[in-house]
Amino acid sequence: MNNNKKKTVEYGKYGVLFIAPFFIVFLVFQFYPLIYTIFKSFMFDKKTGRKKVVTEFGLGNYINYVFGGNGEVWQAMLITIVLWLLNFIPQLLLSLLLAAWFTDMQYKIKGQGAYKVIMYMPNIITAATIAVLFYSLFDVHGSMTQLLRSLGLAGEAGVLTKGWWSLLIIAFIQFWMWYGNTMIVLIAGIMGINPSLYEAAMVDGATPRQQFFQITVPLLKPILQFTMVTSAIGGLQMYDIPQLFNEGSPLVNVGGTAVQSTRTIVMLIKSYINAGPSQNYGRASAYSVVLFIITLAVSMIFYKLTSEKNQDGR
Amino acid sequence: MEKKKKVSGTVIFRQVICIILVLLALFPFYVLIINSTLESNVIKQGIHLIPGSRFFENYKNLMIKTNATSTVNLWQAMRNSLIVTVPTTILQVYFASLTAYGLTVYQFKGRDLAWAFIYAIMMIPTQVSIIGLIKVCSITHMYGTFWPLILPAMAAPTTVYFMKQYMQSGLSIEIIEAARIDGAGEFMTFNTIALPLLKPAMATQAIFAFVASWNNLYTPSILLATRTDKLATMPMFIESLKSNDKKRDFGEIYAGLLITVIPLIVAYLALSKYIVAGVALGGVKE
Repeated sequence: MNNNKKKTVEYGKYGVLFIAPFFIVFLVFQFYPLIYTIFKSFMFDKKTGRKKVVTEFGLGNYINYVFGGNGEVWQAMLITIVLWLLNFIPQLLLSLLLAAWFTDMQYKIKGQGAYKVIMYMPNIITAATIAVLFYSLFDVHGSMTQLLRSLGLAGEAGVLTKGWWSLLIIAFIQFWMWYGNTMIVLIAGIMGINPSLYEAAMVDGATPRQQFFQITVPLLKPILQFTMVTSAIGGLQMYDIPQLFNEGSPLVNVGGTAVQSTRTIVMLIKSYINAGPSQNYGRASAYSVVLFIITLAVSMIFYKLTSEKNQDGR
Repeated sequence: MEKKKKVSGTVIFRQVICIILVLLALFPFYVLIINSTLESNVIKQGIHLIPGSRFFENYKNLMIKTNATSTVNLWQAMRNSLIVTVPTTILQVYFASLTAYGLTVYQFKGRDLAWAFIYAIMMIPTQVSIIGLIKVCSITHMYGTFWPLILPAMAAPTTVYFMKQYMQSGLSIEIIEAARIDGAGEFMTFNTIALPLLKPAMATQAIFAFVASWNNLYTPSILLATRTDKLATMPMFIESLKSNDKKRDFGEIYAGLLITVIPLIVAYLALSKYIVAGVALGGVKE
């Protein structure tokens, strides 16, 4: 007995040993960088004269750039959220519809496997490639622009000079890349629902529509929440597509101020990291902290929802 | 009779919608293939559906241009991406398995806390701490090398999460205990007994790790910025395709894009069964 106990203690040591690399690497490459970024956001580069800069510790970056100044961080945040909503809402609706169709035993769709594979395909392709591809299609001389012109939908200047067009195309690209993914996730969720529920509903004479709204949607709720939160957090970090599609252009006039109409928050942060005269790590850090807090808030809401669900379930 | 007619009507409607969506998914790639074989001036005239014969010329011009402007060329970029992506994938899957194994097989103080911690950090995106990562790179002299793109993969919470999920159903403690009785060391048991049993899950996670690393633009474009020419990865090359050339030869751009897409599509079609199954697994985690 005694010997046995001693052995488990010894084995426990291996557990610590096995998980140690993860935590060491995490500390160096994720935890320290996060703390440093927060620290750096309080380092304010104050201009004291021509080409003279004094760095002081304090709330300077927050006072001057986040809560004061031109409010570009909130503009970028708003644009990011709009872009996410424009792609996520249609994406979720279409995925839900397709998932319901693909799991419908009464009306079986042939070739489901192939449909899934092809609809998911854009998700695997490098986002940079897809952005440049769509840019080439919608450029002033692009093939799609020519098509839109011949339909009378685009003028000489093309569509990339129009804020809304650019936003909609970027949202469409995101939608096009992601609905296959969401659909497969939802199909798996629906397949996980106990079939006897549907059988019982059928016996009670429930229509397919009733079954969908009374059984499928409520039981899919945790997966829908999960999809929504991962998509929202991913959406907040959106960079590749808008950057390579249109670099945040075009400038549009909103109430007298010029706004970069497709510049997301991560693009804004990167513009202060890039080498050059506008480089300002303190400012980029303050914006990063804003993004971090909003991301954290989104996932907190998610954890709260799921833990409430667990309490109900037990 | 009437019911049967209605059934087939519904099915036809759904099939048609699915076919339209399939065409929508394929159309941009089709245009990409066609345009890569046409001359820039022809491309500017509109959508073309019939291929031309200029692919190799477009490709040759692209290589000449990128060599002349001393930016990275296509094949160097692909090699750089492989140098980053292959070790990243191996480290990510191996250490995630090791971590998940440590949390599943052993009892020790702080285990539940460690697990709760890994679960909690899953949602934190790396983008928010990029300034700090630059700092780490400059302290450790890793700025402008591939290391800061590879090493962080050893701490991938999502991969740990999936490996642990898999172990809870796919790894029996009895086998490990049998190995112990046979006198195998703990580390040895993990490498020779546990890892082979985890192969299916590791393969799925490896595919996703590979794709994520291969497609990553943001981190490399910041951390490799000083020596962008020699070290550019594939997505950075794609970025340069667009920005470098003011005169914009569309034929060359499409030819370059096509070459970046082909390996991914071929690999995807070969592995699509596992990928679709892996995506499905990702959603039912709650």
